Amino acid sequence: MNTLMIETAAGAGHWLPVAFAVLMGIAILAYVVLDGYDLGVGILMAGASEAERDRMVASIGPFWDANETWLVLAVGLLLVAFPAANGVILGALYLPVAVMLIALILRGVAFEFRAKAGPAAKPWWNRAFVGGSLTAALSQGYMLGAYILGFAPGLGTALFGALVAVCLTAAYALIGATWLILKTEGPLQRRAIDWARRTLWLAALGMVAVSAVTPLVSGRILAKWFALPELFLLAPIPAVAVLLFAGLWLLLRRMPLAGDGLNWLPFAVVAAIFALGFHGLAYSFYPFVVPERMTVWQAASAPESLMIIFVGALVVLPMVIGNSLLVYRVFRGKATELTYS
Amino acid sequence: MDALVLARLQFAANISFHILFPTITIALGWVLLFFKLRFNAGGNAKWMDAYRFWVKVFALSFALGVVSGITMSFQFGTNWPGFMQTVGNIAGPLLAYEILTAFFFEAIFLGIMLFGFRRVPNWLHTLATLVVTVGTSVSAFWIIALNSWMQTPAGFEMRDGVAHATDWWAIIFNPSMPYRLTHMLLASGLTVAFLVAGLSAYRWLRGDRGADVSAALRTGVTMAALLIPVQILAGDLHGLNTLEHQPAKIAAMEANWRTGPNVPLVLFALPDEQARDNRFEIAVPDGASLILRHDADGVVPGLDRFEGRHPPVAPVFFAFRVMVGVGLLMLAVSWTAAWQLWRRPGGLSPWVARALAAMVFSGWVATLAGWYVTEIGRQPWLVTGVLTTAQAASAVPAPSIGLTLGLYLLLYAGLLAAYVGVLFRLARKGADAGRPAAALPVPPAAALRT
Repeated sequence: MNTLMIETAAGAGHWLPVAFAVLMGIAILAYVVLDGYDLGVGILMAGASEAERDRMVASIGPFWDANETWLVLAVGLLLVAFPAANGVILGALYLPVAVMLIALILRGVAFEFRAKAGPAAKPWWNRAFVGGSLTAALSQGYMLGAYILGFAPGLGTALFGALVAVCLTAAYALIGATWLILKTEGPLQRRAIDWARRTLWLAALGMVAVSAVTPLVSGRILAKWFALPELFLLAPIPAVAVLLFAGLWLLLRRMPLAGDGLNWLPFAVVAAIFALGFHGLAYSFYPFVVPERMTVWQAASAPESLMIIFVGALVVLPMVIGNSLLVYRVFRGKATELTYS
Repeated sequence: MDALVLARLQFAANISFHILFPTITIALGWVLLFFKLRFNAGGNAKWMDAYRFWVKVFALSFALGVVSGITMSFQFGTNWPGFMQTVGNIAGPLLAYEILTAFFFEAIFLGIMLFGFRRVPNWLHTLATLVVTVGTSVSAFWIIALNSWMQTPAGFEMRDGVAHATDWWAIIFNPSMPYRLTHMLLASGLTVAFLVAGLSAYRWLRGDRGADVSAALRTGVTMAALLIPVQILAGDLHGLNTLEHQPAKIAAMEANWRTGPNVPLVLFALPDEQARDNRFEIAVPDGASLILRHDADGVVPGLDRFEGRHPPVAPVFFAFRVMVGVGLLMLAVSWTAAWQLWRRPGGLSPWVARALAAMVFSGWVATLAGWYVTEIGRQPWLVTGVLTTAQAASAVPAPSIGLTLGLYLLLYAGLLAAYVGVLFRLARKGADAGRPAAALPVPPAAALRT
């Protein structure tokens, strides 16, 4: 009986928790890139004129809802595939999660209210939009910092969390700015280029800080990165990231190019940087879902339940991606005024 | 206050706020689809004007529903970790399927539904409306399946204190699920019927009597008049189902302290948990036995059978009476309004229009009261017979929960006020915003591309 159970755990069901870790990783990365640019645009609205604000909101209006859904999927997968880890992580992050949720509520409803509540209320909803976007980004950065340190209590965690909070916020502002380079034109596009140049440095600092601290707090991660031959196999990740940052900096100095050329490239470069950074983190922490405490197998639900979700995910996710591409195609080109007619 | 009470209050606040908006979007999607199909069929611009007005309400309600729903999905982890640890193998797939089969499709096609009318072919805009609408209903299906399973669990076995699925069909279509789903979908239909009728009546009273306002008014009133008798029947069947599977809840709803035949139907009372009796009781003799057993001598289980294991009586008792009371009011007003609209020479009378306008959010009151009956009525269980609410709670310190509860309450009060304010503002603005479009009837084919 015992042998049978071990065989089942090592055989049929063994790959499922890994598959779900991969799915969750995809969902988190998709969220960080997609809602990242939404939140970034919201943050940048702080420094924009009223007409620019309307155009900026219009550039994300048709997409933000679907973008935010990746967060629902990510936390949903954490909840359903790794229920034990879900309780530990969300329990440890109780207050920052609550702050993020309130911020996301404010940001999400401000979209609707600022267009419908009338001129007197509009400045307030603008503030809610900027404040909500900013607070959501900061709290997500803080949570990332706390996660990296394994939720160790103390001042060090708080300070590192604060640093990552500022840098992730800058990174969101950066990807938001590159989104605006793609979706706008004229003076607003030039402002977006300027915003991108200025936030680039903080975003890079954040990646350096996270890359430096992560191996320092865990001997296991240090060993994973700096053993041979892994060191050489992994070296391209930071190297490519550095190259991308440098290339982006050079490109932004020359933008806008004649005929609005390459307006999509900064966004693609930043998305690639996000993907590289995320890949590095995922490599560091795997197979732990709660750093150094709980592996994906220890946290996973029963295989039969995972299987049912997995089949559904395999069928649905391609449809989701296809439909998302359709929406991006429908609303391609420069952002125009949003109307319901 | 202790952490458990605060966590429960917080969950109650979050779900009460959240449920208001899906209740609207579920049925409002179908109403919008109806407007769109009527427009497609005849090309009459009034239907598209009605669509344009109500799609704004839909967008606003959808946004509020989504963001408050995200809060719910996090709260399972932050406040009730024991829930997923014990029944995650069952709740997980149901929640995952909600996200996969409904949430994503709604969110993706919402952009086209809201802003795509002039960017995509007309058929694709109609299809987007259909996808979003079906999505909201499918979403309700999974959530109600999970909620019903928590009320009347089936199709599982316990191994080492953790629930494992044995029969997914039995889990999804558990004993109370068909009744609860029907009751909830009809509640959504009635909420939207009164919202559409009430806000249109408000516009009509303010002199905004365009063809689109009348069309929406007729749609809302007709819908309300047709759905309310069906809802009363469905509610009765749901009650009988509850009697069979959750008799303690029925006993609390009726404030029936003693098991026996000839149980009276309590119309009003102040239930007294200490004395385990009712004060100031007004009751119809044998009424409960007649309704629940269809026999005056029918034995109805009372709270004495569940001493120490039954829900708090007063909130369930009063919430049930609020729900039924609002339902009866809905019956009277919607039938009067329907009769006037279809038969009375002058159409709707100002008094009935005022009554409709006053009842614009009556569906919310009834739905919330109904949810309190079903959710408080489940206590002390979170999952009946498997997990109590206290067992599922987290070890988060009370001050953290209290602080966030305060923030949520403030936020929700503000947003609710803003929502109601904006709806009435849209209704007042509708007169000037909608008119130019109505004066310019665009045949559907001409609106395909710009």
